[in-house]
Amino acid sequence: MIYDAAVIGAGIMGVSVARFLSAYSGKFCVIEKNEDVCTGTSKANSAIVHAGFDAEPGSLKAKYNLLGSLMYPQLAEELDIPFRRNGSLVVMMHEEDRPKLMELYERGIANGVEDLEIIGRERLRGLEPHISENAVAALWAPTGGIVCPFLATVALAENAADNGVDFLFGTEVNALCRVKSAVIPERKDLATEHGYLWEIDTSKGAVYARSVINAAGVMSDIYHNLVSARKIRIIPRKGEYVLLDRITGGYVERTIFQLPGKLGKGVLVSPTIHGNTLVGPTAEEQYDREAVNTTFDGISDLMEKAGDTVSGIPFREVITSFAGVRAHEVGGDFIIGEPEDAPLFYDCAGIESPGLTAAPAIGKQAAADIAEKLGLKTNPSFNGTRKGFINPLEMAPEELAELIRKNPDYGKIVCRCEGVTEGEIRDAIRRKVGAKSLDGVKRRVRAGMGRCQSGFCSPRVMDILSEELGIPVSEITKKGGYSRIIADKIKCCSGEDKR
Amino acid sequence: MSELKSGHRVLTCINCPLGCTLDVEIADGEVVRVTGNTCKRGEVYGRKEVTNPTRIVTSSVFVSGSSTGARTVSCKTASDVPKDKIFDVIDAVRGVTVPCPVHIGDVIVPDAAGCGVDVIATKEVF
Amino acid sequence: MIYDLIVIGGGPAGLAAASAAHDAGSREILVLERDERLGGILNQCIHNGFGLHTFKEELTGPEYAQRYIDILTGKGIEYKTDTMVLDISSDKDTLIKTVTAVSGSDGLTVYSAYAVVLAMGCRERSRGALNIPGYRPAGIFSAGTAQRLVNIEGYLPGRRVVILGSGDIGLIMARRMTLEGAKVLACAELMPYSGGLKRNIVQCLDDFGIPLLLSHTVTEIRGKERVTGVVISEVGEDRKPIPGTERFYECDTLLLSVGLLPENELSKELGTEISPVTGGPVVSESFETSVPGVFAAGNVLHVHDLVDFVSEEAAAAGAHAAAFAAELKDRAGAPDTELRDRGIEITFDGGPRYTVPQFINPAHVSGPVKVRFRVGSVLKNRVVKVLFDGNCVLSKKRNVMAPGEMEELLLKEELFAGNRGLKEIRISVEEESV
Repeated sequence: MIYDAAVIGAGIMGVSVARFLSAYSGKFCVIEKNEDVCTGTSKANSAIVHAGFDAEPGSLKAKYNLLGSLMYPQLAEELDIPFRRNGSLVVMMHEEDRPKLMELYERGIANGVEDLEIIGRERLRGLEPHISENAVAALWAPTGGIVCPFLATVALAENAADNGVDFLFGTEVNALCRVKSAVIPERKDLATEHGYLWEIDTSKGAVYARSVINAAGVMSDIYHNLVSARKIRIIPRKGEYVLLDRITGGYVERTIFQLPGKLGKGVLVSPTIHGNTLVGPTAEEQYDREAVNTTFDGISDLMEKAGDTVSGIPFREVITSFAGVRAHEVGGDFIIGEPEDAPLFYDCAGIESPGLTAAPAIGKQAAADIAEKLGLKTNPSFNGTRKGFINPLEMAPEELAELIRKNPDYGKIVCRCEGVTEGEIRDAIRRKVGAKSLDGVKRRVRAGMGRCQSGFCSPRVMDILSEELGIPVSEITKKGGYSRIIADKIKCCSGEDKR
Repeated sequence: MSELKSGHRVLTCINCPLGCTLDVEIADGEVVRVTGNTCKRGEVYGRKEVTNPTRIVTSSVFVSGSSTGARTVSCKTASDVPKDKIFDVIDAVRGVTVPCPVHIGDVIVPDAAGCGVDVIATKEVF
Repeated sequence: MIYDLIVIGGGPAGLAAASAAHDAGSREILVLERDERLGGILNQCIHNGFGLHTFKEELTGPEYAQRYIDILTGKGIEYKTDTMVLDISSDKDTLIKTVTAVSGSDGLTVYSAYAVVLAMGCRERSRGALNIPGYRPAGIFSAGTAQRLVNIEGYLPGRRVVILGSGDIGLIMARRMTLEGAKVLACAELMPYSGGLKRNIVQCLDDFGIPLLLSHTVTEIRGKERVTGVVISEVGEDRKPIPGTERFYECDTLLLSVGLLPENELSKELGTEISPVTGGPVVSESFETSVPGVFAAGNVLHVHDLVDFVSEEAAAAGAHAAAFAAELKDRAGAPDTELRDRGIEITFDGGPRYTVPQFINPAHVSGPVKVRFRVGSVLKNRVVKVLFDGNCVLSKKRNVMAPGEMEELLLKEELFAGNRGLKEIRISVEEESV
């Protein structure tokens, strides 16, 4: 099999490219080292669709942030995912910082962000009663939004798969090289205009593709540097967060940013699309690209900092803390497009904040660029819509009764904290690009996402995974790889040495 | 049984949640007095714990043919067994599978580990 | 139809409440249980030590549950398993309760009742609430989840285990996993005293030589996919880790037994007043919450350490609920809200963190009132006094009181008989004068 395009990485960036590629005729695949989509930076971020006032005018970040922000409402509708323009506030605490606030406002205008306003203390406190009494003014950006990054990624992936994209999971790319298409005797017909193909050497054997899209997140410099002499460098930057119980829903209605000031970039307090409250992130540069461990100092620090702008955050309702690693490129901007010395190797690299916002716009552009280069026609059977997961407990009573009559699994609640039924869990596993692990189920339908953090539901979810995947419970993992949940059946070990 | 050393042994009674602190006085290889107990059971426990400590052992075994999808049934020793036989009892139930239905009191392993005590089911499993 | 009483939860509290309500005359009783069988968490508590108070013999959890299930079925009380209650509401005028539940077999169903007993139990505090730094690998379980995996599902969660917290379930699991062949390296407890019962320290840790590290906590979790080890540090009096005391334990499993939280999401939505200390509803001597005709008992009210006391408390709540239902039924939609004055708030000093009940209305007292409380730290050589308008009416000597163990005071009905005009009820814990 020779693909027209192979995307490395199944985060929001990779699946965005794949989804938009599937609007063209061709064979495409996404290669992902983990067991599922959305396992890296995409799963641990602020879940914000940024309005677009933050990035340097003229930068790729500024361009794609705005484009992405404009795309989200329609995309959310097509993909049936929750998205809300809750608006963002950048809060200024000291009068002396006003020039910085004005600069942000001007930058937003220059970037093309609409409806920006500077508002005073009165209006600010009217909008958000829990804002600190010391707040002086704020930049108000009504176009800022919130989205579920898991569902956005899953939905794009499902839609790509529905349109014929292959997903190769558990497949790590080890090497990349351009080979003359002639060396693949059986497929001489697929020689590109350069007469070359990409040979992608993976942990599961070679994959051939006419083009490669590098959407490998924190690993994107590694793949880029394999093929290009124009080196780039990712410095992994960790961000730690705490997530509060849904009982805190509405503590803030809007996303509350701190005006970058003397104390650094600050932390945000935001509602999530599912009604939790999210506080974070910290920003710590590190060497390890996979070091998503939280730290005592990091978490204490962000709780303290968040208190500067929002008073009385109910931190006793914290249900989990987590960290993500952002792919910060030393140049400070996204790297998008082909390096001059590596034709048909297309970078979507250094995608850090506002990457979640920008990804669909970058994906659309990348797909169009690749299609043009390869001369791909539009896919006449492309269907850009996808049906979301059924949420029984949000249905009207008659509708729910009817649903349960048809399929009793939708009446069996497995996750009591988030109200998730067996039917939803089975659906999450059965779908194309379905869940294969506890975390995969959690990201799709929220079983285990609530206040007990999967204590009650995990044994049952493991059973359902085992049934649906046809593997023993002992092989069920939390998140693929060596993350098996249980060691063995009982009565298997000898008690001999314990006496 | 090893020879009892004379003197005092301080124990926590495990009969009930009170967890009385017992002082067991031993002289000439015999328990002469138990103090600190709130009830008679405490005294019995104190004497037994220094001479022949025993425990109820609880565990579970696999079942087969359950109509409700049950995998295991819980079980216990019908009475207490010497403390040093705990692991022998566990070894005796290792690998045992019982067919459903299982009723409370059904013998799962008779005379486990030669203690003269049966391991019996503690749950109704159909 | 309108049930006399709907009991939310078919665990020990719910079963005892339903049974006692039946004894008190209620006939239309419905128990709703979310799990596939009655008995609640007792089904996975396969160890012994239950029932000494209730049945005067030592039973395992499933046996204790079966006794109550047999009583329930013997009385012909209706119950539904695999049924999750989504919502409870109470009509302001008629005081009739509406309970919405969902199940695979019955779909979405709405039930009505004169009275409701909340008996949803509690859940375990999770890692997230503790903010233990480190990775999020597989191999971190709450003790109760591990207990379910071992005792119900028949799986061994891991082979080398560290336990954080000395709650009873953690201690019980230390023994259980040891018997299944796992090596339990240590049990670390943040506080300078154990959170569990002393007898569990003896028979679950001491019997197997498992060290209990008081004033220690887990300060780091290692392992990106599966736990590879944890770091345990000593903590100072401020409960903060002391630098330089870190010790690495190579293990594949971390069990958390760091406290239980009453599950009151339904109660909160219903609008019952919740005590910030217990996490459960505020109740009067009849276990009635701030919503008339809604009663609460067991771990949903406050976390108990002994199931026998859960049953006892729930039986009292069930009987009061039955009385309420009978009265409301008689009045046929014209409830007398006057009667619902919850009376005097019990105050306390010298040690208790809370009392249950929080309120007593001397005019409503019929039969003895048990006041239960927990202390906030280990107290030795104390006298617990009950003061009615400043006069000591009961005094009880206690050698040791610990946060892990619930205290109870029995206030006889006669105490209230001559004191209908009582203004203050105070519980005072004082140092014993020599």
